[in-house]
Amino acid sequence: MGNMTQSLMTVDTLTVEYWTRKGKIRAVDNLSFSLEKSETLGVVGESGSGKSTLGLSLIDLVPFPGRITRGKIVLNGKEILKLQKDELRNLRGKEICYVFQDPMTSLNPVKKIGDHFVELIRTHEPQVTKQQALERAKKLLRDVGIQPERVSDYPHQLSGGMRQRVMIALAIALNPAIVVADEPTTALDVIVQAKILDLLNALRDAYGMALILITHDLSIVLQRSDRIIVMYAGQMVECAPSTEIYLNPKHPYTQRLLKSIPNIELADQKLEAISGSPPDLLNLPKGCRFWPRCYYAFEKCRREAPPLIETGTEHFARCFLYEEGRKA
Amino acid sequence: MSENEILKVEHLKKYFPVEKSFLEKMLTRTRHFVRAVDDVSFSVLKGEIFTLAGESGCGKTTTGKIIVSLMPPTSGKIFFDNVEITTLNHEALRVLKRKLQIIFQDPYASFNPRMKIGEAVGHPLEIHDIAKGSEKRKKVLEILDRVGLTPAEKFVDLYPHQMSGGQRQRAAMARALILQPEFIVADEPVSMIDVSLRTAIIDLMLNLRKDFGLTYLFITHDLAIAKYISDRIAIMYLGKIVELADKQTIFSNPMHPYTQALLAAIPVPVPERMRKTTQLKGDVPSAINIPSGCRFRTRCPRCAEKTCKEKEPELVPVSPNHYVACDLAEK
Repeated sequence: MGNMTQSLMTVDTLTVEYWTRKGKIRAVDNLSFSLEKSETLGVVGESGSGKSTLGLSLIDLVPFPGRITRGKIVLNGKEILKLQKDELRNLRGKEICYVFQDPMTSLNPVKKIGDHFVELIRTHEPQVTKQQALERAKKLLRDVGIQPERVSDYPHQLSGGMRQRVMIALAIALNPAIVVADEPTTALDVIVQAKILDLLNALRDAYGMALILITHDLSIVLQRSDRIIVMYAGQMVECAPSTEIYLNPKHPYTQRLLKSIPNIELADQKLEAISGSPPDLLNLPKGCRFWPRCYYAFEKCRREAPPLIETGTEHFARCFLYEEGRKA
Repeated sequence: MSENEILKVEHLKKYFPVEKSFLEKMLTRTRHFVRAVDDVSFSVLKGEIFTLAGESGCGKTTTGKIIVSLMPPTSGKIFFDNVEITTLNHEALRVLKRKLQIIFQDPYASFNPRMKIGEAVGHPLEIHDIAKGSEKRKKVLEILDRVGLTPAEKFVDLYPHQMSGGQRQRAAMARALILQPEFIVADEPVSMIDVSLRTAIIDLMLNLRKDFGLTYLFITHDLAIAKYISDRIAIMYLGKIVELADKQTIFSNPMHPYTQALLAAIPVPVPERMRKTTQLKGDVPSAINIPSGCRFRTRCPRCAEKTCKEKEPELVPVSPNHYVACDLAEK
């Protein structure tokens, strides 16, 4: 997908598995995509769809008992999964950075806000003095809309929204090429959520970084991203520009998801529920993973796993409906 | 109380005392309170879905808990079916609770992990001496079937951990419904459930309302869901209702600046729409130190310093059935 030579990052047949007592779970299954410079890529899926595992594997941080069993991730010409430990540490924070869901637990409670910045900056740039690092911290805090004096506060003195802003300021401190934000606003109220998302957008424009926005909220990714990956049970079921996903969704799961989310701007909207529930990854249905919940499922869907099919420019869907010679 | 009002809340207040250290207690006399609910009045009509909406800390859940008598109010009155319930004795309250049930946000935490679903759902029948043994089992099967946990024979013997979040929330509905209540407080019943299953739970709630003649007090932070489910909506901010109207009015003609900001912040599932949100200054103030006058004035984009600082605006009608607590709203 995309032009392999020019993409900022390419992910190729990424597979992540967890070895649990009950058996092997394939949380991310053969995922390939590319990320362009200063693009916002939305990754949307329900719990258990593998979206967070995908995000973590981009910085090789999949927790035990998980392991990346296959695949290649290339960022700026470097193959992330083949790097040595210290090379990897250099890369994290500097070229690709992560904003976690829970701002309450991501900051060290016994360290002042400023010390978080000093530690991060001086780890990567040892020549910088503590004073200089603090100055940079103040500027970064101002960028995310926090008073610079707050460098001498402890995390518990800040509200949830402010802590998430600090996390974002930390993420952009070393001017990374990519920021991965995993449910950055789920723990926050709507008004704060809108502000944080505006902030991420503004910073993306100002610093020219690419943003991977991982969330369960289809409204957010539709509104905020350029391109969207829809995940279901560990697989990419659809990938397309967000306008395409909105106007012309191809995969039945995406179609039904769109019909099941409320839009406050529509009068008298009738929501349609999706019957059934997502499959157990230890006990996947044979064939297409969505067929037990799909209106259009036919015989072949129950037998064979559908491949990702190109249904239009930059538009891919994992569904037999779009096979050659078949009318959708 | 008028004919078709089932619940009426009058000047409800709930203040939680703030813990002080021993030294502070010795040194100062002043006591501080978290004013979680600060003079809230509304009434719910029979058969409607009335929504309390607002951000975390606005007092919506506390209001719901007081209504089902899970905690006493600091002051204020609650009438249910023309009976003042805050002063009832234990026995009368027990009888009342049959008619008044609550569903919680977290379906994982609201079931005893060692009780089978059938036992948990049937438990209220025993507590209220309604049915036992085979009769109880029959009723449990019936209600499980009704909330979509089919085949009921299978679900009766499952433990909570063997069920998904959506199924557990259905079981919570069954447990609330088994006493055939008239009124259900649903506190964020879908916010912990996967998106693809939410709509099904909401549709179930709507169907049950029809079949059982229920009235709901729906508590949510999600205005998109509130719009889908409610008849009337009350928007709360820092322990007070700032606007109350039927849902069409709230969404088409919001008058309180807070409601306007809240609506503008909701993500709309439409791409390339960077809506200009009414940017609110700062964060929600602490409920211990509520600003004088209008409590929203510290963040209000429209605040006209003087009047807002001095006088607390009251919830007054601006048109029939549309109440707003803002002195500048009409202008």
